[in-house]
Amino acid sequence: MRERVDLLLELADDELLLGWRNSEWTGIAPFLEEDVAFSSIAQNEIGHARALYELAARELGTDPDTLAFDRSPDEYRSAPLVELRRLEWARTIARHWLYETADAIRLETLRASDDPELAGIAAKMDREEVYHRIHAEMWVDRLLGSGEGRPRLGEALDELWPYALGVLDDDLRPELARRVEGKLGRALPAVETIGRGRHGADLTDLLDEMTSVRRTAPAGARW
Amino acid sequence: MTARVFEVFRRERAGAPMQHAGSVAAPDQRFAEIYAREQYGRRGESDALWLVPRDAVDEIDDFVDEFDLKYRRVDGYSLKERLREARELAGPAPRAETGDA
Repeated sequence: MRERVDLLLELADDELLLGWRNSEWTGIAPFLEEDVAFSSIAQNEIGHARALYELAARELGTDPDTLAFDRSPDEYRSAPLVELRRLEWARTIARHWLYETADAIRLETLRASDDPELAGIAAKMDREEVYHRIHAEMWVDRLLGSGEGRPRLGEALDELWPYALGVLDDDLRPELARRVEGKLGRALPAVETIGRGRHGADLTDLLDEMTSVRRTAPAGARW
Repeated sequence: MTARVFEVFRRERAGAPMQHAGSVAAPDQRFAEIYAREQYGRRGESDALWLVPRDAVDEIDDFVDEFDLKYRRVDGYSLKERLREARELAGPAPRAETGDA
């Protein structure tokens, strides 16, 4: 069984990197209202990451910023799903929905944890994630109901499916398949999971950009 | 996207009146609810929102006041002129009585 701090870092890294990726839509989302909503979701994810890093930092005797920004790429415990650069709307929605669906399952198990701190933060996160799920599902419904959207979303879901499985531990993956297939009304391809522990070039690029201010700031700068 | 416009009203706290906050454009009511929440509620500035499709709003914008009934208008009318006329009619103000009574 993995350490509690590793679990916290998995969650925190997922939320931080997905928040960062989603924020890449700020200013260029399909329309203004969506721009505001999607940016706000991205901010929420980053807020969750901060709370999780705070818990992890306390155990590790460090601070949240150090965990978020100063590790080397191979130290990040994020799932490859959240690292992918996907500046195309159908793929963004596919990832958003797959992630939120997987995250809901993960949070359900954490809320039932015997660790009160973990259960507490999971419950707190879930109260915001509810709205992310509503947002993701309404988009999926919308795209499924459109002649152009349906095939584009379907293709993106098939492509991202191995990555989506990688967000969860083995034992929770069948539940993810059940929920996703239930919504789509079709079976998903049998694939090999692309799970944690490997990172692609997308992560290095993301970290380069994300940490650029911190790396160039004079020592001792405070924010 | 074919968007519908929804007017958003917000209430700062329970008991306060609902006030027009602005509007959101959204493909349907479900999207509008999420967008209104994000635009008018995420900073904790609202205790409740009302969402009204703009096409459900019955607008009235023709008002007649042909006979210039100023006293009915919200901005009222100036008393200054009336007071001056009244003072002229009444002549100089009487001296304040000094009390031997």
